[in-house]
Amino acid sequence: MTRANLLALAILILLLGLWEVACWMFTIPVFILPPPSIIMSTAVLKAPLILPHAMTTGLEIICGIALALAVAIPLAIGMFAFPWLEKALSPFLVTSQAIPVFALAPLLVVWLGYGMAGKILMAAIIIFFPITVSLLEGFKGCDHEFRVLFRLMGAGFWQTMRLLYWPWALPHFFAGLRVGVTVATIGAVIGEWVGAQSGLGFLMIQANARLKVDLVFAVILWLSLMGLALWYGVGWLEKKSIFWRNNQQILE
Amino acid sequence: MLSVSGLSKVFDQQPVFSGFDLTVTRNRFAVLIGPSGCGKSTLFDVLTGVTAPDEGRILWQESEVAHLGDLAAYMHQKDLLLPWFSLLENSLLPSRTGGGDLKQARSRAMQLFSRLGLSGYEKYLPYQVSGGMRQRCALVRTLMFNRDLILLDEPLSALDAITRKRLQSLLLLLQSEFDRTLLMITHDVDEALLLADDLYLLSAKPMRIIEKIELHGDKPGRLNTPQLLAMKDMIMKRLEEDIDHDPC
Repeated sequence: MTRANLLALAILILLLGLWEVACWMFTIPVFILPPPSIIMSTAVLKAPLILPHAMTTGLEIICGIALALAVAIPLAIGMFAFPWLEKALSPFLVTSQAIPVFALAPLLVVWLGYGMAGKILMAAIIIFFPITVSLLEGFKGCDHEFRVLFRLMGAGFWQTMRLLYWPWALPHFFAGLRVGVTVATIGAVIGEWVGAQSGLGFLMIQANARLKVDLVFAVILWLSLMGLALWYGVGWLEKKSIFWRNNQQILE
Repeated sequence: MLSVSGLSKVFDQQPVFSGFDLTVTRNRFAVLIGPSGCGKSTLFDVLTGVTAPDEGRILWQESEVAHLGDLAAYMHQKDLLLPWFSLLENSLLPSRTGGGDLKQARSRAMQLFSRLGLSGYEKYLPYQVSGGMRQRCALVRTLMFNRDLILLDEPLSALDAITRKRLQSLLLLLQSEFDRTLLMITHDVDEALLLADDLYLLSAKPMRIIEKIELHGDKPGRLNTPQLLAMKDMIMKRLEEDIDHDPC
């Protein structure tokens, strides 16, 4: 373990320890601020209760990502292939970002009901923009000399896309996806707050109303872990996809 | 074999060249040399079809073509190997995009790999091999275009001395052993004198050919002969004179 890791661990233990001690010393009621030990035990003991809700939220996030990708990738390719399309669409894209998406949550409940559809859409709307923009920037960043080379090789657009532009843009794509997946969690949870039948956001609201603050914290812990898992999952996928960037070693 | 006549191109309301003529003979190494920013790159863009000329004709083997996009191979000072493909896959790219028999192309590429000392490295990714090997791989790819004319876009100017020397000998190999015609643009006099059979001096904008010089003598060894040194002086003077006329 490196010195930095050790320090990080020490800080974590110190903070949790202070929290724990403060709760007992000042006899803070559990329904105001539960100590970390109770939060942990709730997170573990209530797992059978939390898990189905976590599955709902997880599924919403995954579907949201999939939906966003299904729109973002063709759109980025289209805007790259036809600059006039980009010129025409970019004002809309930018304006769409100026709308506070979370404010749409109540409307999505009205339109799509209490089910998962609204939350999926919410997550998708949030992730879609960073992915489209980063992918487009990635395509455009391709060096001129490579384009000339492919031109002289007689490659068509799709061939060049597959062999050159797409792998070229992958690092940008993943940078956008990383940003996207973390905020997607927020989108899904807020969607559930506003109106849902299950999901971690739904569970939080329920627990909060009954002053089960330990359960609220436990759910937050679960959400954080899910966010971390997504982050590292994307990171792993990135490393696998961009294999040529791994362990840069030179022979000779 | 390649002949360009009356080529004109205006860029930003400024004529880059107008009425530009050039003839390149088969199996010769033609070098265009001119000051930086004289419009060499624009000429290349027009020749490769990246941009269209405003006027003029490009003739290839006596017949008119729009550009050389599908008639010439292209080589650059950067090896332009795609980092996500192995050396062999990189060298096979022209066959892959151009259609044709991949199996045959593969065995041809393998032959070239062994000819250029790359045997055993076919499956390596570009970052795993040295710069010299990457260049040789780029050369194999250039040959896999199966085209008689090779366009060289300032191929060596940014390289360190050793890499440069290695690439120069590879280029000469292209001409002598693989029977290719080469057209190179550069602003480096030494490089031009070392490689060229036909040397074309270019003026600053609007670009035109000031002089054509035919060079003789053993190529790798001739650079330090008195004639060549005198010629280098002369060329430097002519290029400088021309720049002095031009305020920019």
